[in-house]
Formats: sequence, C-alpha cells, structure tokens
Amino acid sequence: MRKKMIAMLLAGGQGSRLYVLTKDLAKPAVPFGGKYRIIDFPLSNCVNSGIDTVGILTQYEPFELSEYIGNGQPWDLDRMGGGAFVLPPYQRNTGRDWYKGTANAIYQNLRFIERYNPDYVAILSGDHIYKMDYSKMLEVHEKMGAAVTVAALKVPLSEASRFGVIIANEEGYITEFEEKPANPRSDLASMGIYIFSADKLKKYLTEDEADPDSENDFGKNVLPNMLAAGEKMAVYSFEGYWKDVGTVDSLWEAHMDLLEASDLNLYDKNWKIYSRSPVMPPHMVEAGAEIKSSMVTEGCTVGGKVEKSVLFAGVEVEAGAEVIESIVMPGAVIESGAKVIRAIVGEKAVIKAGAAVGEPGGKIALIGPGAAVEANTSQPAGAIFGKEAK
Amino acid sequence: MKNGLLGIIVCNMHDDLIPQLTANRTLGSIPFGGRYRMIDFALSNMANSGIKDVGLVPSKNYQSLMNHVGNGQEWDMSRKNGGLSILPPYAGERGVYRGRMEALYGIREYIKASDAENVVLCDSDVVANIDLRPVIEQHKESGADITLVYKYSEVFKEKKQCAALFFDDYGKLLDLYLNPELDGKQNIYLDIAVIKKPLLDELIAECASKDEHSFVHSVLMAKKGVLNIRGYRFDGYCNKLTGLRNYLDSSLALLDPEVRKSLFPAERPIYTRVRDEVSARYGENAKVSETLVTDGCHIDGEVEKSVLFRGASVAKGAKVKGCVLMHNTTVGEGAALEWVITDKNVVIPAGTHLAGSEKYPLYIPKDTVL
Repeated sequence: MRKKMIAMLLAGGQGSRLYVLTKDLAKPAVPFGGKYRIIDFPLSNCVNSGIDTVGILTQYEPFELSEYIGNGQPWDLDRMGGGAFVLPPYQRNTGRDWYKGTANAIYQNLRFIERYNPDYVAILSGDHIYKMDYSKMLEVHEKMGAAVTVAALKVPLSEASRFGVIIANEEGYITEFEEKPANPRSDLASMGIYIFSADKLKKYLTEDEADPDSENDFGKNVLPNMLAAGEKMAVYSFEGYWKDVGTVDSLWEAHMDLLEASDLNLYDKNWKIYSRSPVMPPHMVEAGAEIKSSMVTEGCTVGGKVEKSVLFAGVEVEAGAEVIESIVMPGAVIESGAKVIRAIVGEKAVIKAGAAVGEPGGKIALIGPGAAVEANTSQPAGAIFGKEAK
Repeated sequence: MKNGLLGIIVCNMHDDLIPQLTANRTLGSIPFGGRYRMIDFALSNMANSGIKDVGLVPSKNYQSLMNHVGNGQEWDMSRKNGGLSILPPYAGERGVYRGRMEALYGIREYIKASDAENVVLCDSDVVANIDLRPVIEQHKESGADITLVYKYSEVFKEKKQCAALFFDDYGKLLDLYLNPELDGKQNIYLDIAVIKKPLLDELIAECASKDEHSFVHSVLMAKKGVLNIRGYRFDGYCNKLTGLRNYLDSSLALLDPEVRKSLFPAERPIYTRVRDEVSARYGENAKVSETLVTDGCHIDGEVEKSVLFRGASVAKGAKVKGCVLMHNTTVGEGAALEWVITDKNVVIPAGTHLAGSEKYPLYIPKDTVL
C-alpha cells in the first residue's frame, strides 16, 4: 500500500536528566499534564495531521511504553494497512545491534518504511511537548522541492548551544548547520523534527551506515553530509509552544505553563491531545478541601489543600495535607498533615503523614515512582529521592 | 474458554418513570455520575463477569445509545465473533414493545442462534456494581430454572413496578407482590435474572402465542408453582431509578465514600465511552466542597454537594448547591443554582437565580439557553 507520508517516532530515549523518574521508564512514557504521557503529543500531532502510520522506535525500558501504545486505538491508530507499530531493535541474519544513534535506528527500520513505500517520511522525537501540523510542514517541503525539511524555532541566543543551530538564506534554504556549537551564530534552533523525501532518506542513511567513523546521528552526521553534498534543505519555521521536558526543572515549568494562560492550549476541539484513559470515576472533592488554580484528574480524592498544582489520575490528598506548586503523578498519596511544596511526586509514591517535601521558593524536589517518604521526615528543596533498591 | 453465557439488556424498560430525562433518549442513555450513562453499569457488570456476548434491545430514541456504546470496544466487546450487538426492532413489527417478553420475541432469532446455556437478562435502570459470577454459580449449583437478583431494602417511595419477592424455606419463589402496600424492608427484585436458555426460548414462543408480554406476570407469577425459581440476594450499594427525585438523590449519594467504594472498586471498573477531555481546571476563586467533578470541567465559583459532568463550567461568583450539571452546562458569573438538574448544553446566564427543592428538583431540558 502506498502512503504519502508516514512518521517514525524516536522513543528510545533514556531521559537520564529526569533521574529517578526514568529509572524504569522510557522518557516518552513519563506522565505529563494530568492525563497524558509525553509521547501523546507527537502521536496526537500525527493523527491530527492526517498521518495514519507511525513506527515507534523503542529501546530503553520498552515494556510500559509498548503496553501504553497497545494497538494504537486511543489515538485512532488501529488501522487496516497502517496504524501504530512499536519497533524495538531485532536480530537479523546479518547480525544484531542496539540502535546506535538516531540515524541508525531509522536505518535499521528501512524495511518497515519500504513496506509502506511512502513519498515522505517524518522523523519525530518522543520527548517534546508541542502541537504541530506536520501536513503544513510537508506543504513547505514540497513547495521548496527539498530533500529534507527541518523544523526550527527561534530561541534566545544564550541557549542556542544546546541545539542544532541553523543558518538559512532568505529563501528559507539551510546554508549552514552546526550541532550543539559552543558559540552559536544563529538563534534558529532545530527541533529535531525532519521531513525527508523517502529516496533521499534511504540514500543518506545507507551512506551513513557505511561510514565507520559516523556517530549515526541525524544532527551530527546525516544533515551535515547532505549539506556538503549540495542537497536542497529547507527550514520550516515553527511558532508556538515547544518545550523539551528532559529535566526536572523544565518538566515542572511546563506544568506551571499549563496552569497559566500559555500558548499550550489543550482545549482546542480541532487539535485534541489523545491518551489512553485510565478507567476511573470523576474526582471527589471532600468537605473542607481547598483547591485553587490547579488541574485535577479523574479518580482523585481531595480532602486537603491544593494550590497551583497538577494532580494526575487517582491521586489522594488527604484532609490536612497541602500540595503547593507541585506535580503529583498517577496514584500517589499525600497523607494527612504532609506538605508538598515545589515538588514532582512520581507515580504511586506515598508521602506519609506529617512528612515534608520541598520548600517555598526552593529548588524543585523529586520523589521517584513508588518511593515512600516516611512519616514526619523531610526531603529538602532540590532533593532527589527514589524507591530503595530491593 | 466458552462460558455458555449470553447477556441481554432491555434498554427502554421504565422510560416512563423519568419522562424528563427520556424525552430524547432511552433510559439506558441517561447520563449519570459525571461521566457515565445508565447502561454503563449493566454493560460493565456483564463485562467484568466474563459475559462476552451481549445483545442490547432498544425500541425507540436509541440514537444516543448507539452513539454511546459504539462497537462496544470500551467494554472489550468489539469482537469478531459475538461481542456487543445492538438489536433494534424489525420494521413491520410493533416498534415499542409493551414488555420484556415482547422485546425478547423481537430478537428471538438472535437468542436462538446463541449456543449459550444460560441467559443473563437485565434492564438499564440499576446503578450498582454487581459481580454476576456468584449469581451464575449459584444458579447452576442450585439447578434453578430462573434465578432472580434482589436487594433487601425499603419499598420504593416513588413506587412503580416495584416487585417484592417471597421465598419458601427451601429458597423457591413462593410469591411476588407488585407495588405492595407494605412497610419496612422487603426483597425487592432488581430486574436482573439468570435463565436457562432452552427454557427462555420456550417461554418467548409461549408468551407470543398467547399475546402476553410481561416477564413478571406471564412468567414469574404464572409459573412460580411449575418452575424452579430462586433468588440471589445482593448486598452492595444499589439504586433502581424510579423518578426525577430519585435521580437527584442517587446522584448525590455518590458523594458518600461508602457508596463510591461499592460502585467503583478497582478490580471491577465501570467502563464508559472515552471523550479525551482535559483534566478539570480550578480557578483562583474556586471554592468547592463535597462535589464530584469530571474531566473537562472548569470551576472558578462556589460549588457544594453537587455532581458536575464533563465540560461543565461554573464562573466566578456563581454559587451551585445540590445540583447535577450535565455535560457542557455553563453557569455564568454571579448565577445561583440550588437543587437544579440541568441537562446537556444548558446555558445559565450571569446573575440568574434558579431554585428547586431537595424533594422536588427543578429540571432544565437539554440545549436550553435561559
């Protein structure tokens, strides 16, 4: 079956800067925004852009992510002749390999791409929060007659060294590309989102694979090689909310953005973010509870005080507990008298009675999934506290 | 792993009890509890009890019902073989059935084609989380022809079609009183029955030939001496919908933690259609207590002792007490509502004051813009 465009979603990231949150969980599977996981954003973008075939490349801790994706039904990706496919590395008669880099991960799945014989392939990453219409990006790609189109947005120059930096000419073609330069000469940052013409993708991935010195990375190797070969490379300028939630601070900030009136509008009926819903009753606000400036999800029970916080599904905040400027992930329990201030509390963690986590104005504290902060103990601002290894 | 069970849910029984809420929908598609429809309880009970083939029998106004259950996928009943079947009446036959036996006559071919040994028959008017597996087990072990599920409770205040069951010392059905003038607790039949399938086939044919249509009259009452009819007592939380006041009462009963525990145990979830709403949002002026709030709600006012459905919003300065606000109800700034049930998409403009009473709630129909 021939498709115009399919998407390949790189979801193998370990997310080591999220510490205990990603100890047993791939970064794209990290909960976000009350009901979602990070991967829901690129997946929903695909569906809303009219892409019905998505290969999801997993490597690090794939179980929970694979289970979450399932048959793809929550995103309407349970399709005949397409849909969502989880693609872990596999053994073939020429040998077996882990995914060595972003480019190698796609290279190892060229046969998957060929099955659908698309004209274009979108390469996406599974660790950003944003809403983008990839069909508009494809329009630019076609109009520009490009071999590859790179989505980019303007960032403060001081931060540009964290990204692939693009210098483009007036017509919108890339003239220079530098991956994470020490002294960036442009504030146009690559978002790690590419649309390739399928034949060019195959050509340059095959060449890259043949180069023993390559790190097999799109930003470091493939894009510079294409530029050197004189390929037409276009820029797609993106405006709107885009956030890498790869650190404790940025994950927390992105949630605070949700509570403020930010550019990240989750309420757009024409651009819904889909997720696999837990089956839970509405949340209960008990007598004496106090909830302000917060988001609360189904399955929660709130008896205490919740302010400027996001509570995920099935969280319990007992009477007398306080949760302020914090993120509490699914199934966590904040017992009576406990105080959680400026913290991220992982899935099913328990903050026992009278315990204190974080401090007003302090650095964000992180409590790992399944961890228990014992009664009347405290975890200071900036603490990283994981479940003890058994 | 065949278990020899067929589920049948008759969706339009008792529509006349709540004419307000069933003006444009079946009783089964009445919204309940913030995110559910009445039928979710019967369907989820069947799904959680391992009943994989279920037929829904609507008779009229079933668009909202079909829209809600879809292909049955939320209940894991979207199957290649069997699964969920919606069985609307055939054209040419009487559309609106007079009773359960007539409804079953309309789908007799569907029932005949099943290779189930037992049929679990129920309506969609009961709010309860019932594990049907012990019921079926008892039915098989006791050798009963029919097993009736009942609850030991008060005779309904808004009484209609309230059947009290009486059993002999051996547990066989002795008698059945319809709308009895009795005080105190009785064994109230929940319109949930397990029947041997070959017997049901016979009873359907027999009732049709005699132009009889009622399961209670023509089967239970008429055959109580001939058939082995037994009872199963259910002791969890349960409400049989009997009218608008009962609708409000049972909605607000959800605010009781014991009721929620009985209705929503983690091991037997109540499934419903997924709507992909965003988490509920509380503004800086929100003041909420004793309230059930669903995803998609937006609250910046005061809410007390109420149930808010998906997408309901209460603006700053508005006060809501003792209310059920269905999907996308919008309460404007400074409005005040007490003991009001708003149907879907109702708009209450800023400053409007509306009040019913606890015993006589005010109902505002779907799509009303005040």
